[in-house]
Amino acid sequence: MRERRSFMAGLSGKTMIGMLEKLIEIRKFEEKSIRLYESGKIWGYLHPCIGQEAIPVGACYAIGKGDYIISNHRGHGHLIARGADIRKMMAELFGKSTGYCGGRGGSMHMIDIELGILGENGIVGGGIPISVGAGLSCKMDKKGNVAVCFFGDGASNNGVFHEALNMSAILKLPVVYICENNMYAISMCSKDSVACVDVGKRSDAYGIPGYIIDGSDPLEVYRTVNDAVKYARNGGGPSLIEAKTYRFYGHHPNDPAEYRGKEEVEYYTSEKDPVSNFKRKLLEENMITAGEIQRIESKLDEKIKDAVTFAMKSPEPELKKFLKESGLY
Amino acid sequence: MREIEYREAIKEAITEEMDRDSKVFLIGEDIGVYNGAFKAYRGLLDKYGPQRVINTPISESVIIGAAIGAALTGYRPVAEIMFIDFAALAMDQIVNQAAKIHFISEGRVDVPIVIRTQGGVGKGVAAQHSQSLEGWFYHIPGLKVVMPSTPYDVKGLLKTAIRDNSPVMFIEHKMIYPLKGPVPEEEYTIPFGKAEVKREGRDITIFAYSNMALKSLEAAEELSEDGISCEVIDPRTLVPLDIDTLINSVKKTGKLIVVCEACSRGSVASDVSARAAERAFGYLKAPVKIVAGLNTPIPYNSTLEEASIPGKADIVEAVKKLL
Repeated sequence: MRERRSFMAGLSGKTMIGMLEKLIEIRKFEEKSIRLYESGKIWGYLHPCIGQEAIPVGACYAIGKGDYIISNHRGHGHLIARGADIRKMMAELFGKSTGYCGGRGGSMHMIDIELGILGENGIVGGGIPISVGAGLSCKMDKKGNVAVCFFGDGASNNGVFHEALNMSAILKLPVVYICENNMYAISMCSKDSVACVDVGKRSDAYGIPGYIIDGSDPLEVYRTVNDAVKYARNGGGPSLIEAKTYRFYGHHPNDPAEYRGKEEVEYYTSEKDPVSNFKRKLLEENMITAGEIQRIESKLDEKIKDAVTFAMKSPEPELKKFLKESGLY
Repeated sequence: MREIEYREAIKEAITEEMDRDSKVFLIGEDIGVYNGAFKAYRGLLDKYGPQRVINTPISESVIIGAAIGAALTGYRPVAEIMFIDFAALAMDQIVNQAAKIHFISEGRVDVPIVIRTQGGVGKGVAAQHSQSLEGWFYHIPGLKVVMPSTPYDVKGLLKTAIRDNSPVMFIEHKMIYPLKGPVPEEEYTIPFGKAEVKREGRDITIFAYSNMALKSLEAAEELSEDGISCEVIDPRTLVPLDIDTLINSVKKTGKLIVVCEACSRGSVASDVSARAAERAFGYLKAPVKIVAGLNTPIPYNSTLEEASIPGKADIVEAVKKLL
């Protein structure tokens, strides 16, 4: 077990500003999605990742072209961090023909094979077995690629977690398992659901490297995932990273999250906000100015607005096409 | 024509496809040194090595998940679930993952996996190793379901399954593995969705698949001694289903028996009989008769086991009653 400490070395200022942009983009996308949901413009299920943005951003900065990510139901951050087109994402939330799934999937089912995004998932734990296959491909391809699998503390209690980590370890597959422990599986606190408290400690059971890190710090996430990715590319096999994080809102917009204490929420939202903390850090280090941050914010506001306009103006899926293609199945 | 065993025909199909396409690989339990639980993979580990014959721990969900992940990233895996009963352990991956991806990606993403498995009664292996669960998969949009009854069919259909871009449930029957039948030396494939009239007849249509197709042929032979002419139709693939061949036969004979080994409640036989009644009601001279397994878990005792599923005598009796 290696405890990770946060530090800034090894990344250029430009890269760190890029990370900040991604953090803000995810935050703004999610805030906008919640407003659209609450005003009835989009429906179904929506699982915002506000508070958890540093994990996908740090992780996706540690991988490259040809690598794969496997996401889950709270997946918008993973997709945006990996470079997904937010116009297509927003259009999918609106159920439009221009969305990632042509309106067939919604928030939990977006997939972009060209970007190596092997899918979000509506089933908690459902993507974990699929990451084993992506790792198998990477190993068979012998190009040094890796797969990064995101899941939560809830999924880590599902049987597939054990099957997948065991099999990946046996076959020495290049998979980086990242548990985003946001402390709650809907209403169940991970203190009550994870017998050994720290999901990261479960790595010992598979004889693989394990890390327990502060998931609110994108640099700590980056450094750790980078180590795990290097290890995987060199044939070492899988790693398990537990990134401690916090879901600032309920499970979905209709969940007031009354199962959480007020003090707890206040602590995490004030002390562990990945976006405001990283802004402050870059300002303190004189890597960015307040004016530059403002410009980034405005640019991203426009980008989100454009995505919403694109989504709203896009055509509905063709009923005829659906009825015809339903015969395929 | 030469005759080979069903299991040998499986191995030939696998070998030909692995030689043809380097993206095809095998994954499953005891498929390495053990050659597969039904010995269909004899010699394949030596020939292709552990990179393409991946022997796994007992982890059905991840066997299927690994196949899906590899398929999404360019491979064409043949995953084995040793008994169809164990598919219960992998249902999320089969039903919620493999079956859905093509649809929710609006057809942009294929999941070319074959799930080879086997089911059925006949070896005294009781309630958790003898079920006929094809109905589960038949019910799920997004899966194809193949149930070959002969060495010829198993070889041609398995090759087609491996080349197909959909997830395919390829369901064999444990009693058929040692049976021999004619299989040509030259390469061939069998398209999905083409039933075969295994025996032509005038008086009655018997629709049956997998081991029940063989039992129905035995019954038809016995009935011919009494001058009764049965037409036996084997759909070979349940999804897609060649209903037209069945309807055309019913139009000719006016009588239909649908046979399946699975318990009758909610079965493929029920669905097929309903569809036949919808399409050919005006041609039917008698109600459609379903001959299926009892709605019971499969017992161990051989007398009880035999009584739990249809046999030749049940089919003969049903035909005689209907005529």
